[in-house]
Amino acid sequence: MSFLQITGLTARLRGGMPILRDVSLEVAEGAVHGLVGESGAGKSMIGKAILGILPRAIEIVSGEILLGGEDLLRLPARARRARIGRLAALIPQDPLTALNPSRRVGPQVTDRLVDILGWSRRDAQARALELLAEVRIEAPERIMRAYPHELSGGMRQRILIASAFAAEPKLIVADEPTTALDVTVQKEILRLIRGLQERHGTALLFVTHDLGVVSKVCDSLSVLYGGKIVEAAQVDAFFAAPVHPYSAALLAATPKYTDPGASLVPVPEDVITAVRAEVADG
Amino acid sequence: MGNLRLILPGIWLSVLVVAAVFAPWLAPHDPLAQDLFLGRMPPVWVAGAEPGYWLGTDSLGRDVLSRMMFAGRIALVVAVVAGTCACLVGATLGVLAGFLRGWVDMVISRLVDIWMAFPPVLFAILLVAVLGPGLWTIVIAVVVIDWTRFARVVRAEAMAQGAMDYVASAQVAGRTRGATMMAEILPNVAPTILVLLTLEMGIAVIVEAILSFVNLSISTDDPTWGGMIAEGRTSIHQAGGCWCSRWQRFS
Repeated sequence: MSFLQITGLTARLRGGMPILRDVSLEVAEGAVHGLVGESGAGKSMIGKAILGILPRAIEIVSGEILLGGEDLLRLPARARRARIGRLAALIPQDPLTALNPSRRVGPQVTDRLVDILGWSRRDAQARALELLAEVRIEAPERIMRAYPHELSGGMRQRILIASAFAAEPKLIVADEPTTALDVTVQKEILRLIRGLQERHGTALLFVTHDLGVVSKVCDSLSVLYGGKIVEAAQVDAFFAAPVHPYSAALLAATPKYTDPGASLVPVPEDVITAVRAEVADG
Repeated sequence: MGNLRLILPGIWLSVLVVAAVFAPWLAPHDPLAQDLFLGRMPPVWVAGAEPGYWLGTDSLGRDVLSRMMFAGRIALVVAVVAGTCACLVGATLGVLAGFLRGWVDMVISRLVDIWMAFPPVLFAILLVAVLGPGLWTIVIAVVVIDWTRFARVVRAEAMAQGAMDYVASAQVAGRTRGATMMAEILPNVAPTILVLLTLEMGIAVIVEAILSFVNLSISTDDPTWGGMIAEGRTSIHQAGGCWCSRWQRFS
């Protein structure tokens, strides 16, 4: 059985507007699964539902989220928080708001080790130094004493990656981890995440709107539209021949750097109309 | 060279504070001592002034400078005590409402709305009428009127901080809501609270002056800045009387 298994997850805004429609997906231990879709497709919401940080306005109507074989939605709040804390972690989208500006970096990396694994601050400190070296931060002792505003965006994202991997979680949700960074840094960060993931054997749920990123990082992917998964496939098979017309159109719309003169291809009107109707029938 | 805009007000503030704190030793006269033969004297640099009464005297012949210094003590106590208490009450409720949201926010926010619908000065006068005049009544009145100012602003700030990713990260890491509030929210709204507190201290002094101006602060014998303006006003049309008012407004 897969480590993360979501079945029939349906969520909506309190009052009716559907956010996720009957979403099912699984991520095996140590595998990397990509969630792709336009903004508003609900890809981030799946990650947030797993981690128990959905906005208050959104409620889960039905479905189950099995994390390591136990349904999170059936656990009492305290036990759920403890289980999520022990097994999962988040690499957030925006490194600029993801570190507490009024605390030094060091304790923010060691927090998880102290809170979740019950380590002493001293042990946690030593481990944090190793982790920072692992994400290729030079002079980690100095960085640990710095405040977030003293560091660049790429540096902060490295720190967040280090702290996500700190307590050896089994699953990491990476919510568009490179969107807020500039392109030159993006590639490096992706390589870093993938490398750590392989070394630690962590399963990774990779939320992104960039199919190019998916092709480099993920093993399998799900394409979302309007809160529904329209296609789930292995990455090789998908990029060779996408099955769903919307996925095909999305793939065709990805800019080709090999041909800089080519104009951008939008997703055709009729494909969107069709996929809308399909999702609404749902 | 330091920053002139910081130094000048700093010096003026220190002069006021020192004058107030050490009033019993520094004041040239007893602030309550009357001398009806020396009523309504102008300040020293005006012809006909009485030497020793630097800023002149009021209608009962009391030394204006001494009274100002003693009145400063009351203003200072009100500013510090009332300001701090209003801050504690308001900021606590604000952080709770802004971070916990839900029904807690509902109750606190509606309470603030209702509170702010009362005209503040009337509210204070009502309070003084019920509790009876006195220094602590003023302090309570200021707290009761002004906690909403803190609650509203701090709530908004706590909401903004609560939406940040580091709060989500803390929750993913299994932190309880209480711990998240203390470690993640509070330190980041603290600068806002501090700024509000400094503003509030000034406002508290003005409220105190307003209340004593309408004679609702402490016993009428004890000097207050507001009370002195009121007294000065009654003699403003008489020769020299205007000096009293003018001095108080300056404070």
